[in-house]
Amino acid sequence: MMKEATLRVFRGDSKGGQTVDYRVPIAPGMVVLDALHYIQGHLAPDLAVRWNCKAGKCGSCSAEVNGRPRLTCKTRMDDLPVDQPITVLPMKSFPRIKDLVTDVSWNYRVNRKIPAFEPRPGVEWKISQLDVDRVQEFRKCIECFLCQNVCHVLREHDKMEQFAGPRFFVRIAGLEMHPLDGRDRAGLLKDQLGIGFCNITKCCTEVCPEEIRITDNAIIPLKERVVDEFYDPLTMLFRKFRGDKVQSV
Amino acid sequence: MTANYETREHDVLIIGAGGAGLRAALEALAQGASVGVVCKSLLGKAHTVMAEGGIAAAMANVDPADNWKTHFRDTMRGGKFLNNWRMAQLHAQEAPDRVRELEQWGALFDRTEDGAILQRAFGGHTFKRLCHVGDRTGLEMIRTLQDRGVHQGIDVYMECTVTRLLTDGGRVAGAFAYWRETGRLIVFKAKSIVIATGGIGKAWRVTSNSWEYTGDGMALACEAGAELMDMEFVQFHPTGMVWPPGVQGILVTEAVRGEGGILRNKVGERFMERYDPKRMELSTRDVVARSIYTEVKEGRGTEHGGAYLDISHKPAEYVKKKLPSMYHQFKELADVDITKGPMEVGPTCHYMMGGVRVDAETAQSTVPGLFAAGEAAAGLHGSNRLGGNSLSDLLVFGRRAGLAAADHAKRVAAPSLDNAQIEQAEKELLAPFSNTGTESPYAVHRDLQEVMQNLVGIYRTQEDLKKALLDLEKLKARAAKASVEGSRLFNPGWHLSYDLKSMLIVSEAVTLSALARTESRGAHSRIDYPNADPVWEKKNNIIVHEGGEMKRRESPVPEMPPDLKQILAEDKA
Repeated sequence: MMKEATLRVFRGDSKGGQTVDYRVPIAPGMVVLDALHYIQGHLAPDLAVRWNCKAGKCGSCSAEVNGRPRLTCKTRMDDLPVDQPITVLPMKSFPRIKDLVTDVSWNYRVNRKIPAFEPRPGVEWKISQLDVDRVQEFRKCIECFLCQNVCHVLREHDKMEQFAGPRFFVRIAGLEMHPLDGRDRAGLLKDQLGIGFCNITKCCTEVCPEEIRITDNAIIPLKERVVDEFYDPLTMLFRKFRGDKVQSV
Repeated sequence: MTANYETREHDVLIIGAGGAGLRAALEALAQGASVGVVCKSLLGKAHTVMAEGGIAAAMANVDPADNWKTHFRDTMRGGKFLNNWRMAQLHAQEAPDRVRELEQWGALFDRTEDGAILQRAFGGHTFKRLCHVGDRTGLEMIRTLQDRGVHQGIDVYMECTVTRLLTDGGRVAGAFAYWRETGRLIVFKAKSIVIATGGIGKAWRVTSNSWEYTGDGMALACEAGAELMDMEFVQFHPTGMVWPPGVQGILVTEAVRGEGGILRNKVGERFMERYDPKRMELSTRDVVARSIYTEVKEGRGTEHGGAYLDISHKPAEYVKKKLPSMYHQFKELADVDITKGPMEVGPTCHYMMGGVRVDAETAQSTVPGLFAAGEAAAGLHGSNRLGGNSLSDLLVFGRRAGLAAADHAKRVAAPSLDNAQIEQAEKELLAPFSNTGTESPYAVHRDLQEVMQNLVGIYRTQEDLKKALLDLEKLKARAAKASVEGSRLFNPGWHLSYDLKSMLIVSEAVTLSALARTESRGAHSRIDYPNADPVWEKKNNIIVHEGGEMKRRESPVPEMPPDLKQILAEDKA
């Protein structure tokens, strides 16, 4: 007899809804997204799910599986206790559209506020591999928005208007640490993107499917940059002084 | 009744937001056009993000002997000389500038010792030519284009599906679409339209393609009167995952072989020695795919019906650095550590060489104002694409399409929209809600995938192809009756019922063309005609939609000028 699992999936829209149980046969290596596709194909053709690549590369199929924010395409059924129903809920921090699909358009609006790469005037297009390696971590973000979903500044405190969220600090880190970028985004981070709201609980880092160390490697260095630029003129002067010395050697 | 839609107007409307669509949008914008981009998914999720290995461009950073002529020759040879020579020439000449430009917009590539863009070896390329960043080159490319586009002022219509092109006396006038989220209707008025919708892989069961790859752009263009070309040439990538079943078809980048990966069968033979002893694992994709298929067919396949691909002889740290996403993909989805043991791989439907027939210089189709670029367009790759030539194709011809589309928009008067066409499109789109039967679009899709997988796959015969045509007729009838449950609010069953229509159109075009081409060339292999036929080397298959019916005809391959013939004659391999 083929093994089966029960998926307890949220069905509903912006007005409300409830979970519905579906029995799904389990095949070896199956992931939660496969189970959702089975439901669409055989039990509930109008079940709304976002997905694209089903290979962990596009970041479309985010949901909360047994309470944990995951990419459903990388969540294997054999890692879950299938003797109990598996709950699949939409990301909580974003407005519901239907079933597992949420309105993530706010993220795209935040992204518009971030100035794109602009090379320093007169740069030579020579870069060392070490400098490329340093920013790789930030540039591999697939925009699944799971970090945005778990960040309590957004999830519990709804600071969408004042705070950009971990995804966009990662994005800015990828730009600021680009070896040839000539812009300064510190003022933006402080005033419009609210980096000060982050109190480094590292929830974002825990859920990142790309294993980006968001808090340690992106947010904390950016916070330091903001502090240096706006709150610590002595450090700034010292750095300038030290910089001058290095250059004069 | 037709007041049920909102209307938007742009000089240039681009359908598709992958590499080609975004590059076209940036160029049209730079020409001063107002630009709208419509895409079925969220911005940044297009198939380009999955491109792994790199962008082919003869920059000569690693192999100083490389130049556009060698790239041109490699491309023509890979495509078995069916390529449009002018496209292959422009592509080889312009790709390096397009890569530099991408870098100047902020893309970061891996580097050589002296700080230039690093290039890696790939199948069919004479020199180390692929600019890359690990195995996530496509993601770097799309983020760069996406962010530049957003800041330059492109209007993006996300999760919006175009279901019909509107015409005005034979030229493009606009497009009819619906919002996937709400099911509401939207009409675009545009002087120029660029099709950049990618490929058709979702018509096959085993594919590396995402759900979006349903051939919409080709179907839209064909119905609007444009010609499709080379539709028989469907690339099966040699290395997709084969186990476990849920991940079957997911791509294993050619970069594994580029970095030194070795293919073996179950008895440990390095079988490429039998099929292409010179190029071995770095032979062209058509050859490697057929070789793996043959090994499996003759009983030398692995436990799950594939071949072993092994990179574990390289240092573990090197593998993790150069192939990070492959490392994670196998570890997480198949419990295989590729730094310690081999992967199991087999062919997967990957890429469409055929598509909308376009003019080489302008990317314009045979319909005035309708352009096509990237995978949706035909010509550059002939009968088989080389790895790495896709990302460069997107940039070179995306730019050219955007330029020509903006230019066309400047020269023509505003078209007028025809209400009858809009009403007809609305009726068709909403029909599944009033169909009363029990036919499910999912069931029709599953059956279509079986037909294409089993009868129009790597190896083809007249008998199979004829049977496929009959089966497609039945599937068309079933699809027309398919009904959907629920409302218009984000309803995937309804969305699929439209995608299905596109898939059926392109599947028929593929099958008709494959049946006609009585030879084997590139990705098209006929068991009943195993050899290349010099007569067919001079002919492209063309598909047109006339009087509600699909028709095929042949068109001579454009004659190459003597200087390019000379390039091909040099260094005969």
